[in-house]
Amino acid sequence: MSEFPTRANVVVIGAGIVGNCLVGHLARLGWQDLVLVEKGPLPNPGGSTGHASNFIFPVDHNKEMALLGEQSANQYRDMNLSVDSGGIEVARTQERMDELERRMTSAKAWGIEAHLLTPAQAKELVPYINTEVILGGFYCPTVSVVDSLETGTVMRKEGIEKAGCKVFANTEVLDLITDDTPRPNGRRKITAVVTDKGTIDTDYVIVACGVWSNRIAAMADTYIPLVPAVHQMADVGPIDILAETNNEIGYPIVRDMDTFCYERQSAGSMEVGSYGHRPILHHPDEIPSNEEAALSPTEMPFTPDDFDQQMEEAIELMDMLGDAEIKYAINGLLSLTPDTMPCLGELPDVEGLWSAAAVWVKEGPGMAQVVAEWMTYGYPRVIDAHGADIARFYDEEKSDEHIWARADEHFNKTYGIVHPAEQWESRRHLVESPYRSRQEALQAEFFQARVWERPQWYNSNADLCERYDLSPRGVEWDNRWWSPITIGEHLNLRSNCGVVDLSAFQIYELEGPGAVEYADRLAVNKVDVAVGRSIYTPWLNADGGFHSDLTMMRLAEDRVRIVTGVFDGGRDEFWTRKHMPNDGSVTFTNRTTEITTLGLWGPNAPQVLAQVCGHDLSQAGSPYGSIIPVEIDCAAGGHNLTAQAHLFRISYVGDSGWEIYTDWSNGPALWDALLAAGRELGIRPTGGGVYGTSGRLEKGYRLMGAELESEYNPLEAGLARRRVKAADFIGKEPYLKARETGPEVQCVTLTVEDQTDSAGRTRHMMGGNEPILDLEGERIVDSHGRVSRVTSAGYGPSVGKHLLMGYLPTEMATAGTELQVMYMNELFPVTVVGPGSAFDPDDTRLKG
Amino acid sequence: MRILCCVKRVPAPGAKINVTADGSDVDAAHLGFTTSPHEECGVEGAVQLCEEHGGEVTVLTIGEPRAAEQLRYAASVGADHGVLVCTDEVGWDPQRTAAVIGEAIEVLEEENGGPFDLIVFGNESADSGGFQVGIRVAHGLGRPIVNGIKGIEVSGDGSGAGTVTARRAIDGGFEVYELPRPCAIGVKEGLNLPRYPTMKGRLRSKKLEIRSLDLDAAPGGQRRIRLHRPAEQVSETVILGEGPEAAAEVVDVLEELGVL
Amino acid sequence: MLLVVLEHDRGELAEAAREALTFGRVLAEKLDEELEAALIGSDEEELVDEAGRYGAEVVHTCVHDVLGDYGPDAYGATLAQMVTELEPSAVLACGSDRGNEVMAQAAARLNAPFVANCIDVTPGVSWTMTRVQWGGSLLEDSSLDADVALLTCGLHAVAAEPGGSGVAGDEPFEADLDDSHRVTIVKDRTVQEAGVTLPTAPVVCGGGRGIGSQEGFAQLEELAELLGGRVGCSRAVTNLGWRPHSDQVGQTGTRIAPEVYIASGISGAIQHWVGAMASKHILAINTDREANMVVKADWAVIADLHEVIPAITAEIRRRRG
Repeated sequence: MSEFPTRANVVVIGAGIVGNCLVGHLARLGWQDLVLVEKGPLPNPGGSTGHASNFIFPVDHNKEMALLGEQSANQYRDMNLSVDSGGIEVARTQERMDELERRMTSAKAWGIEAHLLTPAQAKELVPYINTEVILGGFYCPTVSVVDSLETGTVMRKEGIEKAGCKVFANTEVLDLITDDTPRPNGRRKITAVVTDKGTIDTDYVIVACGVWSNRIAAMADTYIPLVPAVHQMADVGPIDILAETNNEIGYPIVRDMDTFCYERQSAGSMEVGSYGHRPILHHPDEIPSNEEAALSPTEMPFTPDDFDQQMEEAIELMDMLGDAEIKYAINGLLSLTPDTMPCLGELPDVEGLWSAAAVWVKEGPGMAQVVAEWMTYGYPRVIDAHGADIARFYDEEKSDEHIWARADEHFNKTYGIVHPAEQWESRRHLVESPYRSRQEALQAEFFQARVWERPQWYNSNADLCERYDLSPRGVEWDNRWWSPITIGEHLNLRSNCGVVDLSAFQIYELEGPGAVEYADRLAVNKVDVAVGRSIYTPWLNADGGFHSDLTMMRLAEDRVRIVTGVFDGGRDEFWTRKHMPNDGSVTFTNRTTEITTLGLWGPNAPQVLAQVCGHDLSQAGSPYGSIIPVEIDCAAGGHNLTAQAHLFRISYVGDSGWEIYTDWSNGPALWDALLAAGRELGIRPTGGGVYGTSGRLEKGYRLMGAELESEYNPLEAGLARRRVKAADFIGKEPYLKARETGPEVQCVTLTVEDQTDSAGRTRHMMGGNEPILDLEGERIVDSHGRVSRVTSAGYGPSVGKHLLMGYLPTEMATAGTELQVMYMNELFPVTVVGPGSAFDPDDTRLKG
Repeated sequence: MRILCCVKRVPAPGAKINVTADGSDVDAAHLGFTTSPHEECGVEGAVQLCEEHGGEVTVLTIGEPRAAEQLRYAASVGADHGVLVCTDEVGWDPQRTAAVIGEAIEVLEEENGGPFDLIVFGNESADSGGFQVGIRVAHGLGRPIVNGIKGIEVSGDGSGAGTVTARRAIDGGFEVYELPRPCAIGVKEGLNLPRYPTMKGRLRSKKLEIRSLDLDAAPGGQRRIRLHRPAEQVSETVILGEGPEAAAEVVDVLEELGVL
Repeated sequence: MLLVVLEHDRGELAEAAREALTFGRVLAEKLDEELEAALIGSDEEELVDEAGRYGAEVVHTCVHDVLGDYGPDAYGATLAQMVTELEPSAVLACGSDRGNEVMAQAAARLNAPFVANCIDVTPGVSWTMTRVQWGGSLLEDSSLDADVALLTCGLHAVAAEPGGSGVAGDEPFEADLDDSHRVTIVKDRTVQEAGVTLPTAPVVCGGGRGIGSQEGFAQLEELAELLGGRVGCSRAVTNLGWRPHSDQVGQTGTRIAPEVYIASGISGAIQHWVGAMASKHILAINTDREANMVVKADWAVIADLHEVIPAITAEIRRRRG
């Protein structure tokens, strides 16, 4: 054992699959002076890696999870520590059969070989399956079984050999030390790791502690939102047919999707795992130490009562399991997060402290690569990891109460059929909007955006369905979490006007003599504009890919307001704080809950606003992109209040109007005033279905996290301006280079020409990564491996067609190109509209 | 033949045993519970005898309601009946325990219209390790008992008059005892390798009807004051060497252990 | 008077009996009473003298037809009769299989409490004692209220040490025994059969993935044979098809408890450890000093097992000539 160091460049805590792969990947990227500390012994320290079932089903509807799963599977393959066993997801219900069609679609999107099987075909591959109880199966031959412990050992060795990584097992971390000197960016800084063998001064600490991660985070007074949860597993055997294979795995793994169980051969026995039992959550402090644990800390005593139903169902599927002995059964622990995604990246409040947590074996090596690249390049290159970015969480999400409620709700959905628009039942209305009581009176259907609630549509507008002759969609799946009212609200807005609750906007202000200069460093477009002007601009990462797209307003010589979407608020705030100078020239203030925003759009919007606001609302008096301080008389709504507000002339829906910013407390009066003023002009409260989907899609406006990801640059997204500003900004160099090269792909709108499926039903794509295919049905992939897929989808009522967005190679991105889109494993003809808008391409309505 | 197995629910051994803050009991939060290992072998032995000769195995335990888990476990590996003497306190002293088991056996045998051919105890319980309950019960019933048994055979079909041949491990061999039936034995781990329950066995065991008895007896003369852990003995691994030259040291160790 | 039961097997005194005498001598001093001994089934002078060397003033010897060989009923009944007649304040036996059995037999007959495996005893109105539980990983403080304290002392609770006056008188004791006490007499003795099994082997030579191949186990086979042991393996090895499942040591395989477990190239995965942890001693051979098996072992050799094992085999052969 080498002497315990007093100083290291990077300290990685935890030698599970993630920590081991991290030191390997950091070494590959040229990092030196690494230390890996681990509380338990090696090679199996007793965390979740040690009891993982170690298989990878590569098909996932989620792009990040699918691509990182594939990336991880390939890394295991490259080390020769993986066997392609194949795997079958079997369906016992028609609903699951439909889901398997959806799996086929995602398999196509990611280029993974997959086949639908009849029960008889499934039996050919898995002779011990009972065909009586299944309707069919989804077979993926590249499902693999990996050796995660050995992989960890190999990667650790790579870290030792390439980077001189020092490894200390049986070493417990007792504390994390931070420098808490106040800084303008509000961040503390990691300085040292205290262990039972000594203290190591360091600049980087990575928490790769699996189920213990939040306990370690707490040592630095911060929070990694994950909870240890039980996943029950029982090893039954010996079973002759399995033993005869003389192999660790000789038959495909079976996932019995409708019972939330899997059966995975493990040499002569079968491992039956379940996500079907009641959610059993533990606090990290309830996990025993290595010496207190009968098996390992994360292999807790089996509670058989919870498993009985799964046993019965497993025997139903494979009768031979009934007579095999239960030789080993555990309540194995794994990590769950509030939103099912991992926790990767630097902790927003502690500089130098990184999280690589809530990662399962199936995505471990890929996730480790993500974090290693993130530390190296400022953003991961292998994939856009915004869904896993730990900065995504708001404060309300960083509580035990929240995680427990959410984990409790989603545990049984691990194998569930989860609709892309599915809403949470627990932990709603975490942030109280100023309009909630009014919206509830209007029977708003709330959709939650992280911790904010936004009306998706208002059931009080049901009369619009009659007015516009609208009816629900014929297929229940397409109609789920949807209402024709949203189409009514859209059409009403286009012909009259609508008011949209935008209070979930995240609003930050930079202030001080360096504010504008700093703001310009963040933005591609020029922030140093006249006071009262705004810009819409991309923020790029160092590689020139998208970090964000947002609005920046110059409110004063030394003050810039940043307005961004609720899904990216945490990430954008962190990005802003992370890069800001700490010399006192800039201060940062989050004003989200001080300022509320209402959108007012539609041809009647100027007339409505004119009733409560005396300002010149013409294009001359309130030009597009301008921010004007005004007074709004709320008397029309019965309030004796003149509200100070800012009118921001902008539109995300394609009709003229404003975003109106005012103090949070003025919100209800403003709401009442606008609705009262617009009563005769057809005003309707209008939901997010119009704002985020139909209005936006008709105009082809790009959305962060959908069209805009770090893998794409502004040229490809069609958001590059004609000229590049002189000032330096993050990502400028690669951006200039990209401008020279020109875009390889382009973001376009497409129309679905025929929505009728083979059963004669009208179908509606959801924007869930449905693959865009050529007329031969082949995938379209560019030279970077980026696949053409649907990034957003929705019906365009004013266009009369279902609209899709996605990236296509430039030569295909021209109007009229005919292609196909797969949805639920069927092909539908589509036509390219082009990079512009499907509705009012000349923006006449905005100027009107 | 009719066999009664007396089993005890104990915290699962195999890891560091913690004690509750007040020292009154083992803190089993991390351990879970199991059937005391000697008795698990006892149940297996009884089931094997009945599989060979025909008969029924009854399992008896004293404990909290959740001790029924141990009866179900026994049923999942082949026991036929379960009897629970329900108590709301744990940690009865050996005399009290033995008195209640004796009484329970009298009740059961009265109902059965005759004695159990064989009563099987564990040599000692994994937790309290008193080494006496089986002997006290057998003596109370006037039946012979031998402890430390690692082999059982029965004469005839095991029921009624006849013998039980019991083997007890000693250094380098076995002592053989021949007990007239009805009799009792205290068995030790190593008697057999207990089977694990099958899934079907487990599911069947859920349907086991548990006979509940309400019995008590006066406490005996021994009383627990508290449990505590002995002073930590840090056992450092002795590194004998870093290459083949360590062979001499290794053989020294083997010699010392007397296995050469 | 404190009475110590002298455990013997057909006249051969058990080492633990010397410990019991030593333990009893200390206790007798605390009680300020005499130390006497009970020798059941023998009256050999040699044993009486030995008891004297360890502090017994008197040895009550009892020989009888029924006491020809060991039998729990006969021995227990005799001890109970001695207690009734001699009225000791305490009786102490070794915490061995026989010691605990005889004491329990006597206690049942006397309807008196019995406390097993004490390591420390304090007499008083109410006696208190510390006893071992869970194989020594836990201690229990108990109190005892009884006319006579029936105790056994934990094995190795004290080291045997001669002391006291050094000479013991022999006082024959007449027990009232009949054929009914023969029901549990040792009827026969057998010696260990040839061919050890994995669960009973005194030495197990375990091999893990580090052995490298099916053929690699030949070295282990050779070593095991030399030591009269058996070869075991880890789950990884069974999974690789190098060894049959019957050789697998672990949670899902066989649980072993040999005198020494020689674990070669085994990392000590929990699954395996659970099957091996009952081993009395562990010697690990591994290249990784941090391996779980190395950390948990009593001894370790940090080296390539392919070099070490042949060297050990050669060394054993050399010493045996």
